[in-house]
Amino acid sequence: MTPSPEKTSRRTFLFRLGIAINAIAIGLFTIPIVGYVLSPARRFTWLDWIPLGPLTDYPEHQTRLAEYVNPFKKAWDGETAKIPCWVRRLADDQFQVFAINCTHLGCPVRWFAESELFMCPCHGGAFYSDGRHASGPPPRALYQYKYKVEAGKLWIYAGQLPTLGQPQA
Amino acid sequence: MIDVLKAIGRWLDARLQIGSTIAEVAEHPVPRSSASWWYIFGSATLVVFILQVVTGICLATVYTPAADRAWDSLIYLNYQQPLGWYLRALHGWGSNFMVALMFVHMIQVFLFGAYKFPRELTWVAGCVLLLCTLGMAFTGQVLRFDQNAYWGLGIGAAVAGRTPIIGFKVVDLILGGPIIAGETLSRFFALHVFVIPALLIGFVGLHLFLVLRLGINEWPMPGRIVRRDTYLEQYQELVHKDGEPFMPFAAQKDLVFAGLIILSLLVVAAIAGPIGPNGQPDPTIIETVPRPDFFFLWLFSLFALLPPWTETVLMLTGPVAAIGLLFALPFLSGTGEKSWLRRPFSVVIVILAATTIGTLTWLGTFSPWSPVMDAWSSAPTPVDYVKGRTPLELQGALLVQSKQCRNCHSLDGQGGLRGPALDDTATRLTRDQIVRQIIQGGGNMPAYGKNLTPAEVNAIVAFLATMHPRGEPPARDSASPAVPRQD
Repeated sequence: MTPSPEKTSRRTFLFRLGIAINAIAIGLFTIPIVGYVLSPARRFTWLDWIPLGPLTDYPEHQTRLAEYVNPFKKAWDGETAKIPCWVRRLADDQFQVFAINCTHLGCPVRWFAESELFMCPCHGGAFYSDGRHASGPPPRALYQYKYKVEAGKLWIYAGQLPTLGQPQA
Repeated sequence: MIDVLKAIGRWLDARLQIGSTIAEVAEHPVPRSSASWWYIFGSATLVVFILQVVTGICLATVYTPAADRAWDSLIYLNYQQPLGWYLRALHGWGSNFMVALMFVHMIQVFLFGAYKFPRELTWVAGCVLLLCTLGMAFTGQVLRFDQNAYWGLGIGAAVAGRTPIIGFKVVDLILGGPIIAGETLSRFFALHVFVIPALLIGFVGLHLFLVLRLGINEWPMPGRIVRRDTYLEQYQELVHKDGEPFMPFAAQKDLVFAGLIILSLLVVAAIAGPIGPNGQPDPTIIETVPRPDFFFLWLFSLFALLPPWTETVLMLTGPVAAIGLLFALPFLSGTGEKSWLRRPFSVVIVILAATTIGTLTWLGTFSPWSPVMDAWSSAPTPVDYVKGRTPLELQGALLVQSKQCRNCHSLDGQGGLRGPALDDTATRLTRDQIVRQIIQGGGNMPAYGKNLTPAEVNAIVAFLATMHPRGEPPARDSASPAVPRQD
């Protein structure tokens, strides 16, 4: 017995309907997955004012290592929530607060008070005391935090890893 | 007894229907010439991968993929978990073995022209496996959540951050947030344990299926040209006239080699022990010298040695171009000669690539471009260099130490290699040139004009002017008389 035209069309209709329903369903399914995976990039900037301690911690004309806890930390971040930075006090209210990350590839720069240089242990970048590029491959000066002095404390505007694409630390 | 086993086998096969497939795989004919000791590296790579899966699953039962616990769990594995140290050693050294075997396999199939028609997609699948294996190596290094992992992620983020326009968003995506922290580790854990292994298993399946279906590459004979219209026939003829069943004719060499590889892995892991972790991933501990594992050391060196103005472009386009070329290879030269004896250009490429990567890796092991951070306080001034010196010159010797000159300049082989050794400075520069170099810097040396008093510069120059080997006179200004005037 040959199948009647109506039966064939019902079969193809069901098959096409199946494909259509699945296409819609998978499309809908993809939305939350993609949204979930991409969620860290949803926020434009991650910055907040953070106290770095009383001004008395930072003698004038010196550069000191300071650390703060990232304002966006999670309970399970552990030690990685702590971020170091270099604080240079020029005069009373005049500061420079440098990110720890070398502008070449992000390794931690170290301050050498005697030669007044920041040196990077990875690819040999060096910076002067005011953050300017001194030698090596770094493409720019050290990243600096915005700062303010309020209620006898030094505050910095921080929260994200500075990179060439987002130099605001 | 044997009858019982046979009966069980028949019972199973009646239900599984797998016996004929296995027999087909085992007995498929391979060219006599390909049952060679050169054809053993692919199977050995697969064997090590299987070991990695086993040790990896075991480690996952103890390792804690949370940023505040991961390092502690690694220390626990190393020192308290029974045999934890050995499984970590097997997994860590296994990854080195796998990367090494994979590259040998890749060089072999490249030199033997195995990627040519009709095996183009076998090569492409192999390229995906190459990327997955390197991906496993990098993500695995991140899971060893120590200082190297932390700053290695920092380097990855800094490279990604150079992407034009969307760079900072890419950084957020890689890190799972604004900084390297808990979600970064969790992301890399998911990649290392679920995503990349799934890809690996899938593409290993495809790779093997293609090897079985298309047949293993025959030993390339100079002058036997691959042509799309005749190759398949020629191969069939070869396999049937001069072929042997895969089992045991070719498989025996794979078996012996794979066994030896497992044994050597067991021995190496037992002797060398687990790899790391080094210090805990605390970014406030900045007394650290981050280095990647050895298979990424060449990249690390490259980043130091590329001219800075080419860096961003090369970091972003270089890998894409290199990977693109690898994938495109079989489509660029899918036919023609297979033998390396008739493909001198290919041999040169292999030698060039191996020498380049080898040299960069070797340079990376002692990274001459990095200052030695503690040379100024820990490397002694050689006794010969202070003998018979005036007080001013001795003052200069002291300043060379205390002003951290030796972090970049060595004396008697000790100290940094970033700048030239100071042992023979006086033969290269006159006093005036030394003064200029110190004060203005240049040639990759920072300027010290603001950090040194004139008296300090004077002392350092006095000391450096004595730095010439006995019997070799100091450099002198060509415009001044050879014998100093006695006024």
